[in-house]
Amino acid sequence: MLWACILLPQLALDGVLRQRDDAEQPLVLVSGPTQRRVLQAVNPAARALGLRPGQSLTAAGLLSKDFATAEYEPGQIEHWQQFLAAWAYRFSSQVSLHYPRVLLLEVQSTLGLFGPWPAFEARLRAELNALGFTHRITLAPNPVAARMLANAYDGLAVDDEATLLDTLRRLPIDRIGLPEENAMALKRMGLRQLGQVLSLPRAQLARRFPATVLGHLDTLMGQRRLALDFFNPPDFFDQRIELNFDVESHQALLFPLRRLISDLAAYLAGRDAGVQRFTLHLQHAVGEDTLVKVGLLGAERDAAMLFELARGRFEQVVRLVAEDLPTFVPSRQELFDQRPQQSQPWEQLRERLRARLGDDALQELRAHADHRPECAWRLDRPFKGGSLDLAPRRPGWLLPVPQPLIESGLRILAGPERIESGWWDGADVRRDYYRVQTAAGRQAWAYQTVGEGGELVLQGWF
Amino acid sequence: MMGAVVSLDGLLDQRRIWRGRQQAAPVGLQPTGHALLDAALPSGGWPPAALSEILLAAYGSGELQLLWPSLARLTQAGERVVLVGAPFIPYPQAWLAAGVDMARLAVVQAQGSEGLWAAEQCLRSGSCGAVLCWPQGADDRALRRLQVAAETGETLGFALRPLQAAVNPSPAALRLTLEGNPPQLHVLKCRGGLAPTAPVALGSWS
Repeated sequence: MLWACILLPQLALDGVLRQRDDAEQPLVLVSGPTQRRVLQAVNPAARALGLRPGQSLTAAGLLSKDFATAEYEPGQIEHWQQFLAAWAYRFSSQVSLHYPRVLLLEVQSTLGLFGPWPAFEARLRAELNALGFTHRITLAPNPVAARMLANAYDGLAVDDEATLLDTLRRLPIDRIGLPEENAMALKRMGLRQLGQVLSLPRAQLARRFPATVLGHLDTLMGQRRLALDFFNPPDFFDQRIELNFDVESHQALLFPLRRLISDLAAYLAGRDAGVQRFTLHLQHAVGEDTLVKVGLLGAERDAAMLFELARGRFEQVVRLVAEDLPTFVPSRQELFDQRPQQSQPWEQLRERLRARLGDDALQELRAHADHRPECAWRLDRPFKGGSLDLAPRRPGWLLPVPQPLIESGLRILAGPERIESGWWDGADVRRDYYRVQTAAGRQAWAYQTVGEGGELVLQGWF
Repeated sequence: MMGAVVSLDGLLDQRRIWRGRQQAAPVGLQPTGHALLDAALPSGGWPPAALSEILLAAYGSGELQLLWPSLARLTQAGERVVLVGAPFIPYPQAWLAAGVDMARLAVVQAQGSEGLWAAEQCLRSGSCGAVLCWPQGADDRALRRLQVAAETGETLGFALRPLQAAVNPSPAALRLTLEGNPPQLHVLKCRGGLAPTAPVALGSWS
């Protein structure tokens, strides 16, 4: 197996930066209580001003005044990691979030589709750049080695064990992911590279260091497998962007909207789905959300098209929720294809109709062997047993409820035909049926209850 | 100035003259089941992959006798037929007697805009052989959507509407008005040819 490791060194910062349209402006992320605000991450422009992570906000304020600040939110890191995992899911079915801020992808199985590796890697990089995330990518035969190589290299691809061993032996001790105190102890023993540690007797290492150290080295060398949890993509897409400025025209919302839509498109491509309906929630500082529903005729996932559909009128906060994600059917053309495009199976169509109109809206009608017209049909029940007598002419349309026939110039064409049935179930019927023609030429099926006489009651139209 | 004398046959053979009307009537892909009506329509039957509009004075004026042969043919061929927003309940015995396979018939109960939506989805999906709908208060735009959906899904669409709609223009490929007494129909519009001026008599169904 081959594992690609995508290390995202500044995930929190990228997550904030990609929502702003001025990426070149100095930006710092701050955290901590109000009395002691500490810089957590700085972008290159801020670094050029002399700002460093770990400085207090007061110290940073002495160095420069021209930088923007944003709150450092650990929850956002988790969110972006989930989002990127959903994105990576289109490239591999085995995506792991085992390490923080790292995506591990098993790529051997999909190399045939996206490969060879240089092309695959270029594609990953291009898409990550478009999404706005800084990254380092390495490739190795086992996931731990791929992760640790990413500490020291970017773009390194090792696909056989011998080269891997050689490369790992030259890794510095503090880059191989050992706990701080163990790495420090090894360095104090005069060991600088992993190769020197590996040449020590195993028994000595086991005596001097906790069991986790040997365990880690074994998984790193590929002698022991690491059990990984794999990512399962969520069933719906829900993402929000908070704007920290007042929006007075919809122009200011186009950039965040474009981001949301392109994220939705990346998510859809990962699931190989399309979207048919989605909702933009505009969350105001005060008052109810404004909902902007966008519906499409067919499933789509083209970001440009979705954006064109969705651009419009917004305020303050945009949140995108997409739950109706039918399978995306790309337009295809086949020789001798009877239905050239957008062919949706009946089962799927039935579900869609039910979902919107209610479960009872779609029914299949079955004949039932009973002489009484109101009992002659059943909804959604297969016809079984009983011979169906088709001999007497029956009207094609039946009124849900019989009603008095108020027409002039009636002419009786046929009848009477006596229908007498149902004494056993309480709905006793004794009727004489006539086929009558109205002045306009319509043919009605009407009855008179035996023994009561009076007006004809309309029950159907021929 | 005198032009060279060219024989008409020669010009026709060279395909340099466009002939307004095709000589041979095309074989209808969707015959209506009524020989006289098939002969009157330019496509030799229902316009395939398009919306046909049937205008009626009242429901029950013979629209079933007009449509049953087509529905019977489609359902027996395994195609599905959907009724969207039918005004009455189809009496299974009568439909079975007309040859319609009830297992292939689905009834959707939806009115108004929901009904239009359902009809459009059914037409567009391409999984139905024919879709019958009874649009109420449908405007030109709604009918155009149905027409485009029928083209996309390559499905026969039938819209049954009241006679009053005959004065309004419609994007449907075929428009018929149906009269019960005597049973005959007028073709108001048919795409791909001139509408026959004389009424088309239908076989008596009494």
